[in-house]
Amino acid sequence: MNGNIENYKPGEHPDLPPPKNLVGPVAWIRDNLLSSPTNVILTILSVWLLIEVIPPVVEWAFLDAIYTGEDRNECRARGDGACWAFISERFLLFTYGFYPEPERWRVNLSFILLIIAVIPVLYDRVPLRKPGLYFTALFPFIAAYLLVGGDFLGWNLPHVPTEKFGGFMLTLVVGITGIAFSLPLGILLALGRQSRLTIIRVFCVSFIEFIRGVPLITLLFVASTMLSYFLPPGTNFDLLLRVLIMVTLFASGYMAEVIRGGLQAIPKGQTEAADSMGLKYWQSMRLIVLPQALKISIPGIVNTFIGLYKDTTLVIVIGLLDPLGIGRASLSDTKWTGLSNEVYLFVAIFFFISCFAMSRYSLYLERKLETGHKR
Amino acid sequence: MSESAIPQQPQRNPLSRLWNDKEARSVIIQIFAFSCIFAFFFFMVRNAMYNLEAIGKDISLDFLWQPSSYDISQSLIEYNSRSTHFRAMIVGILNTLLVAVSGIILATVIGFLLGVFRLSKNFLINKLAYVYIEYVRNVPVLLHILLVHGLIVHTLPLPKNAVNVADAGFLTNRGFFMPKPSMEPMFWLVIVLFVLGIVFTLWFRRYAKRVQDATGRHYPVFWICTAAIVGIPALAFLVTGMPLAWEIPELKGFNFRGGMVIRPEFIALWLALSLYTAAFIGEIVRAGITAVNWGQTEAAFALGISRNRTLNLVVIPQALRIIVPPLTSQYLNLTKNSSLAIAIGYMDIVATIGGISLNQTGREMECMTIVLMLYLTFSLLISAFMNWYNQRIKLVER
Repeated sequence: MNGNIENYKPGEHPDLPPPKNLVGPVAWIRDNLLSSPTNVILTILSVWLLIEVIPPVVEWAFLDAIYTGEDRNECRARGDGACWAFISERFLLFTYGFYPEPERWRVNLSFILLIIAVIPVLYDRVPLRKPGLYFTALFPFIAAYLLVGGDFLGWNLPHVPTEKFGGFMLTLVVGITGIAFSLPLGILLALGRQSRLTIIRVFCVSFIEFIRGVPLITLLFVASTMLSYFLPPGTNFDLLLRVLIMVTLFASGYMAEVIRGGLQAIPKGQTEAADSMGLKYWQSMRLIVLPQALKISIPGIVNTFIGLYKDTTLVIVIGLLDPLGIGRASLSDTKWTGLSNEVYLFVAIFFFISCFAMSRYSLYLERKLETGHKR
Repeated sequence: MSESAIPQQPQRNPLSRLWNDKEARSVIIQIFAFSCIFAFFFFMVRNAMYNLEAIGKDISLDFLWQPSSYDISQSLIEYNSRSTHFRAMIVGILNTLLVAVSGIILATVIGFLLGVFRLSKNFLINKLAYVYIEYVRNVPVLLHILLVHGLIVHTLPLPKNAVNVADAGFLTNRGFFMPKPSMEPMFWLVIVLFVLGIVFTLWFRRYAKRVQDATGRHYPVFWICTAAIVGIPALAFLVTGMPLAWEIPELKGFNFRGGMVIRPEFIALWLALSLYTAAFIGEIVRAGITAVNWGQTEAAFALGISRNRTLNLVVIPQALRIIVPPLTSQYLNLTKNSSLAIAIGYMDIVATIGGISLNQTGREMECMTIVLMLYLTFSLLISAFMNWYNQRIKLVER
């Protein structure tokens, strides 16, 4: 400042830069990492943790890892990192299970159809959305036929028994069936729980409380051991179908509670207004109450979906071979013993990607449906 | 435009009139629903009776009193293969309760820490907690259990080169061997003092709250209570000359003998369940604390209340109201998830009565019904307790 302050007219002096100690990386570090003694300790601890964990893991999983090889011994001879050769050798098994090789195009086709069916549900600005939604409604049946095969209206695909299903494909079958059917069932149960009709209400409440009170694993055991007693003699019920029913019922119990939360948050005035407009019960639910209730229960609904998707791993306890089951079975192969970490990490990555994507989508949906009524 | 223009009301048939009457319709629907439900159950029960008769089975619980003839590696009560199936079931129940209770405690501690870390201004710890929570929540719990079990079994050493913890504890892939305490007579004094400490704490907290409500005086409740529960018994322990003998495990042959052992199955299940549930609890805690209006904190600061006391007296009591209901369902989830023990061979309810007993006796109906009933009871008990607690802390509206 060499005394030429008067060169500026009043109010025209350019803004001075902020003090050096309030901006820039140094200030950021001071604010975010070292603002108090506790923070200093926490920072030191986290840095120590990162140094302890990241280099060994990176070394194990990437730098020292073996990507190709014949068996465990070859891996071990070439380094002590992860033996991904195991995973690459078994990759097809992890994907299709024991689905017969010449028929695997059917699984691929179903997967492509799945993507086509899901797009109109996920995004509302796509061409041909309306016919797309009809296709979505039909998709479960098309996929079921494609995967199982058999004779249908002159079409003839070789029959594939459901015991051959496995791997990621089985996860998708169980997960998507559960997701597709538990939402409508959950809505019905939630409405039933709120119903004026005592018998329906009591039935729904006891069903929901029972489902929520027992672990899924016990229900799966019931499906695999006990259910055949309750069916007419001679009925042979496919195990996968039994599992699908149980998983759907299980998820619908939780779904019902999530949706009930949404229904309870809708002011009574909405139903009363619908009544005074002369709307019937189902009309008022479909046009007035449910759209609002479902919108506010989206986070919960997606959480239930994610929970259901993760719970599909439990089918291994009754002998179905989902990726985890395939992995465990592969581990008992003498060629590849002791590689459990690789297998579990691989399966974990698969689940992480799918579930993380679902939760991100739910955030996107919440933002999209936000109509600014939030207080 | 004359009266005759009004159309004649058509004679409506009585059935449709009945249907258009709200009360009558609800009765009709209910009767219909009831008959459907009844028919469904009747059909199932009749099938079950017919099927059971066809293979010559009856329904009876007598098998519970027959010897089980299988061993259980970790049991809290006396048990051997000559004990009855009923006793095996009790062992299973106790094992489930053990892992559920210890899991709930650890999950709560880690979960609250995670929640606080997620709210921390410290960039590193915040992001670390975020990454941890996202990873754990998006991977199935069964995978966590198997992963932790695999890590323990494959990375921990064999007993002969065990990790030595202060010459008393030994970490091996067969479990964690610890000294086993055996009490000498004077130890009772310590126990009595400990119980008295808890009673004192219960009373003192209410007293302190009363005093504070009436006069505004604040006692250092936490320190006084810690002294009463931990300090005084510890002092008594030292004064009476440490009346506790330790039996230290020793390596004999291929394994350790003596002392106490925590099996790898228990450790794996306990750690995996706690770490998994903790991630959910962390998010619940974070949501609960963020939901308390910032104005509350500012008001407390404006009144000159210190930071810690603001947290203790203003923020946490309000946050707890939001946290408790979802926390309950996490506790329930943990208890129910403990049934995954069967995947790694920890002997809980499902593995004992619903697993080996079922396979040995072939009584699917009875065993599965018992298992379902037990879990229902646990769930109802936990929710009853948490509802009671929720009642106590919920907002008293004027």
